[in-house]
Amino acid sequence: MTTPGAISGATTLFDKLWSEHAVCELDNGETLLYLDRVFLHERTGSIALQSLHAAGYGVRDARKVFCTMDHIVDTFPGRGDATLMPSGTDFITATRNETRAANIRLFDVDDPNQGIVHVISPEQGLVLPGLTLVCPDSHTCTQGAIGALAWGIGSSEAEHAMATGTLRVRKPKNMRVVIDGALQPGVTAKDLVLNLIARFGANGGAGYAVEFAGSTVRDLEVEARFTLCNMAVEFSAFTAVIAPDEKVEAYFHGRDFAPKGEHWRDAVEHWRSLRSDEAARFDRELHVDASTIQPAVTWGTSPEQVVSISEPIPYPDTFAEDHRRESAVRALAYQNLAPGNHLVDISIDAAFIGSCTNSRLSDLQAAAAVVKGRRIAPGVRGVVVPGSRRVKKAAEQEGLDQIFIDAGFEWRDSGCSMCFYAGGETFGAHQRVISTTNRNFEGRQGPNTRTHLASPATVAASAIAGSFISAEMLAESESLAS
Amino acid sequence: MKAFTVHAGVAAPLLRRNIDTDAIIPSREMKRVSKQGLGEGLFAGWRYTLPGGREQNPSFVLNRPEYRNTSILLSGDNFGCGSSREHAVWALAEYGIRAVIASGFGAIFHTNCIRNGILPVCHDEQVISDLAERVQEDPQNNLVEIDLNRCRIVCGDRELEFALEEGARHMLLNGLDPIALTLQQQKLIDQFENTRRKKHAWAFAPFEDCVEGVLP
Repeated sequence: MTTPGAISGATTLFDKLWSEHAVCELDNGETLLYLDRVFLHERTGSIALQSLHAAGYGVRDARKVFCTMDHIVDTFPGRGDATLMPSGTDFITATRNETRAANIRLFDVDDPNQGIVHVISPEQGLVLPGLTLVCPDSHTCTQGAIGALAWGIGSSEAEHAMATGTLRVRKPKNMRVVIDGALQPGVTAKDLVLNLIARFGANGGAGYAVEFAGSTVRDLEVEARFTLCNMAVEFSAFTAVIAPDEKVEAYFHGRDFAPKGEHWRDAVEHWRSLRSDEAARFDRELHVDASTIQPAVTWGTSPEQVVSISEPIPYPDTFAEDHRRESAVRALAYQNLAPGNHLVDISIDAAFIGSCTNSRLSDLQAAAAVVKGRRIAPGVRGVVVPGSRRVKKAAEQEGLDQIFIDAGFEWRDSGCSMCFYAGGETFGAHQRVISTTNRNFEGRQGPNTRTHLASPATVAASAIAGSFISAEMLAESESLAS
Repeated sequence: MKAFTVHAGVAAPLLRRNIDTDAIIPSREMKRVSKQGLGEGLFAGWRYTLPGGREQNPSFVLNRPEYRNTSILLSGDNFGCGSSREHAVWALAEYGIRAVIASGFGAIFHTNCIRNGILPVCHDEQVISDLAERVQEDPQNNLVEIDLNRCRIVCGDRELEFALEEGARHMLLNGLDPIALTLQQQKLIDQFENTRRKKHAWAFAPFEDCVEGVLP
């Protein structure tokens, strides 16, 4: 009998990536895993480097460590080191000094390649299929989308990663999520992953590395796959992976740090072996029918509290488990919502388009397609934050910035921005925000701010309508009105 | 790293699932480029009456007199989910928390605990809620004792077993520095790297072909 992941028999993609990086098995049940890349950002990178230095350790190979300014840095046009967060500049300065001293490549505030770590690492080919990548940021799982073994870690682990080029890790179990069926028009990877979390719970992936497979996943473009894998951590998975295919090869071809010439050919040959064997066994397998999924939006304060946009907000009593009922009651109070009401009847105060989940060029294109020729509803504040300086430039070359500005949105410089409150900017207390981000936790976007997660198209449509609505419903309502 | 062997202390129930690291320490409380000074910001959103303020919310469990000197938290599934911020663990440690007993933990948070001498104990929801009931009768006297040598929790006449992966247990019991430990394997790591470089030169090329520290 083959145990799941036994390298001699049929093997899962995750187990292949794992065993290719296993330096040795430690006697305590952990594996020492070799790391190809380490990424840092200014909120935790500065502390990790300082602490490493204080403990008397050096960086093993600084050429494989990269750092960006994304978490705290301002996103107002013409920004400098100043931040709305009173001490934010200290983090920026410390990161600059520490990376310089350690000879680590930094994508600084004014660098044309600066951006959100999970946007810029594939954008520049700094992460590739078949590599291991860690970063002290939970959304590092995003990079599984291209067949990398990438996962989020804490600061202490980042220190260990830099000092030793490895991490001591206990191997998670294998889960496969098979998603089949054609997505309905206007339904995106974001709706897909929100539905998955709603159905199987915010802890549904705990203890597992998840492989996303099936025809729907194969049909997703690479940028949409990033969105899908990005939220694996909201599913509590160790990480997620998708087998790299020709779309991924095309994506990386010619990127700055992608291999060239003979190296490219070798790389591609290897990448084509990165898939689960036909007979590979998974510890758990889930099936999702993508064809029935509707545009989704969260109503509560956990990413599992999701409804299709036309459904009513659920009554807490309808949840079978005590903890879900209690959590629903708390969430409804925080969000100031009543069960039975429909989100389509509820007005919003703000719309946010950005974050490592949904700030790539295709996300901005999807939102701009909805916004084009329309105006944001009176009283609604709309903010668009490209995920990187390169995304920003590409969007501007297509005239997307003008579409957003003409519609009444703010067009920002790149960074994590109001996905959370780290930079000190918020829409304000009790403001109802529809957001393309990944977390709707209490206070995530600022004290008492009410967050509703949705796709870029849904956020854009809602900004125009001034209430929760999908792009399809918006178009229908306008054609009825005319 | 601080070792964890045996600890007895006041345990406070926060019996809720999915307590995320944003709740344990909100972004706005992470003010300094430091692992210190975070204890004050622990659970700030629940603990104080106003965001950024320091006026205590009297109804929050850790502010109630019967839970003064709390050093053990009892909680629900998926404790520490969400953001990887180790500040959550640094805040707990500085506040004086030595152990969290919950029915599950966020994976990154769990490792962060081990790396900072905080014991994460996983147990059934029902067991934790029974323990909480017992503690609540008289929190200052019904102390909870956790013995990591024997993997036992004792509260009054009640004794419970728990399990922790051997690697984590060994680290905590001995207060080991994992970096020092791993560096003992440096030769093995170098060998692995050389073999990998030969087999997968493409994975190294863009960086090692360039002048040290200066990328194209």
